[in-house]
Amino acid sequence: MNGRKQKKVSSHVKVLQVDNLQVSFRTYGGEVEAVRGVSFDLYQGETLAIVGESGCGKSVTSNAIMGLIPQPAGIIKNGSVVFKGKELTGMTKPQLRKIQGVDISMIFQDPMTALNPTLTIGEQLTEGLRTHKKVSKQEAKQKAIEMLALVGIPNPTERLKQFPHQFSGGMRQRIVIAIALICEPELLIADEPTTALDVTIQAQILELFEEIQQKTDISIILITHDLGVVAKIADRIAVMYAGKIVEIGDKRAIFYTPEHPYTKGLLNSVPRLDLVEEELQPIDGTPPDLFSPPKGCPFTARCPYAMEVCDHVYPFTTTISESHSVDCWLQDKRAKVLQEQS
Amino acid sequence: MGKYIVKRFIMMIATILIIATLTFVLMHLIPGSPFEGERTTNPTIQANLEKFYKLDEPLHVQYLSYLKSIVTFDFGPSIKKPNESVNELLARGFPISFELGMLTILVALLSGIILGTIAALRHNGLVDYFAMTFAVIGISVPNFVLATLLIQQLAVTWDLLPAATWSSPLHMILPIIALATGPTAIIARLTRSSMLEVLTQDYIKMARAKGLSPVRIIVRHALRNALMPVVTILGTMLAGILTGTFVIERIFAIPGMGKYFVESINNRDYPVIMGTTVFYSSFLVFMLFIVDIVYGLLDPRIKLHRKEGDA
Repeated sequence: MNGRKQKKVSSHVKVLQVDNLQVSFRTYGGEVEAVRGVSFDLYQGETLAIVGESGCGKSVTSNAIMGLIPQPAGIIKNGSVVFKGKELTGMTKPQLRKIQGVDISMIFQDPMTALNPTLTIGEQLTEGLRTHKKVSKQEAKQKAIEMLALVGIPNPTERLKQFPHQFSGGMRQRIVIAIALICEPELLIADEPTTALDVTIQAQILELFEEIQQKTDISIILITHDLGVVAKIADRIAVMYAGKIVEIGDKRAIFYTPEHPYTKGLLNSVPRLDLVEEELQPIDGTPPDLFSPPKGCPFTARCPYAMEVCDHVYPFTTTISESHSVDCWLQDKRAKVLQEQS
Repeated sequence: MGKYIVKRFIMMIATILIIATLTFVLMHLIPGSPFEGERTTNPTIQANLEKFYKLDEPLHVQYLSYLKSIVTFDFGPSIKKPNESVNELLARGFPISFELGMLTILVALLSGIILGTIAALRHNGLVDYFAMTFAVIGISVPNFVLATLLIQQLAVTWDLLPAATWSSPLHMILPIIALATGPTAIIARLTRSSMLEVLTQDYIKMARAKGLSPVRIIVRHALRNALMPVVTILGTMLAGILTGTFVIERIFAIPGMGKYFVESINNRDYPVIMGTTVFYSSFLVFMLFIVDIVYGLLDPRIKLHRKEGDA
């Protein structure tokens, strides 16, 4: 983190407000409660990282914001998503389409499958623009060339006529980013944008994100399980576990003073190059089955500090500082004593 | 592209040559000759006739003159109908068979793709079940059975449509339905299953995230990818429809090429057998070539030619 320009989130314009979002999926086996009451705010020009292990509901959360929950299996059971004063959860599909790709864009995990193999990248770039904004074919093409140049693709004019299979993985992810940004959205949801890329390309793509954010003041929700990515570009971090945000705070707070045992576990399980002798510490156990989520704190079974109460009641949200809060019974005054004794 | 077409063209000629040779060999392996019938012919007359049609010459000479007739595309007169040349027969019969075959393909493609797409979009819904039930029936019932049933019900019992011949668009409905039902069912099933697969792809999700209209997503993004298997089977399906026309033409008394084709084999009418076989196989080989070109147009990853400098 040292040496990096301190990005200032000067603006306090709230772009997105998610409140008590609950998403379930109906399956043959029963109802899976994938997201069980997620709340957070997002400000203009800010990058919020949502981290957590596979199946914790981070992708479902982002799909729900985007209005892309697969129908009819998935249902938003409760809660609200307010984007710039507009409630998104109750919107009809045609209403949503006026926002998708224009105001909110999305980047997918695997650039090898996110582009249609039978259409030229020029067409895939311009079709969103031509659907949403009244521009001529020529103007759209011009804009597409600009976007390709912005994301660092050489010879953009010639490249427009080419097909996805003529690009490498890193290049394709740049194109996916260009497609997401072409309508100049205010919110970008990036669902594991670097997971499928190799490490050197990852770094380039992350730098591209930073560059774009500096130029356009766009807000970014970054879904990832890679804490290295988070350390590089996030401003704030939300830690998700079993469909809930268990801890949310500034990057520094989460990295240096984590409060939730799960966050601590996550940080301990990252290999560290500066501590040669220390063994990697995985978190034992597996996340709970979301067919029948536990009544209390879902982390209880894996938590080294679990108490009687954790098993029965979900903890209240404790505000540690203005920008750092955590859902954990250890924050309760009565628990402090126990904690120090052990 | 030019290089590929030239290469394919040479291969087409080789294929036709092999088919022609096989036909020639098989034709002479069948016992009997054009002049053997219920009445025995006077040996001198038979010898004269054979001499006239050059059937008395050694086989390799006959083979060479046969090859010459293919190259010049002049198959000479029919033996059974001496006042008509094979070329005249083809010119009279083929346009009708072609019309029947192409209309059938068109109907099968349109209805099959539409049915399959709707079934995929309403996956496990009522429309889906209905479409797939129809598909199973369509594949299982042979076209000649269907043709007879159609004539029985629609033409005889209800008297809605003419039962036979090929004289007006109204006359074309029954034969086309009879011939197109099987291919429609196959295309519908294929379209449905590949459409279901394509709809789960990331690029469809991405198209949704762009806020595109559902129609555009289906037509532009999904269908193009989902149609690849359909194009693949189109080649063999064409062969099936072409041979299917023989049967259907007979049932509906359509004066197409099928009649001449079947009759010529029964009569050992050598020039007609050769002419129709070579003509049909050339046509089929050419259609397969077109299918391959379409394949390349639909999916840019399939390269018909090798170009330097491509990744």
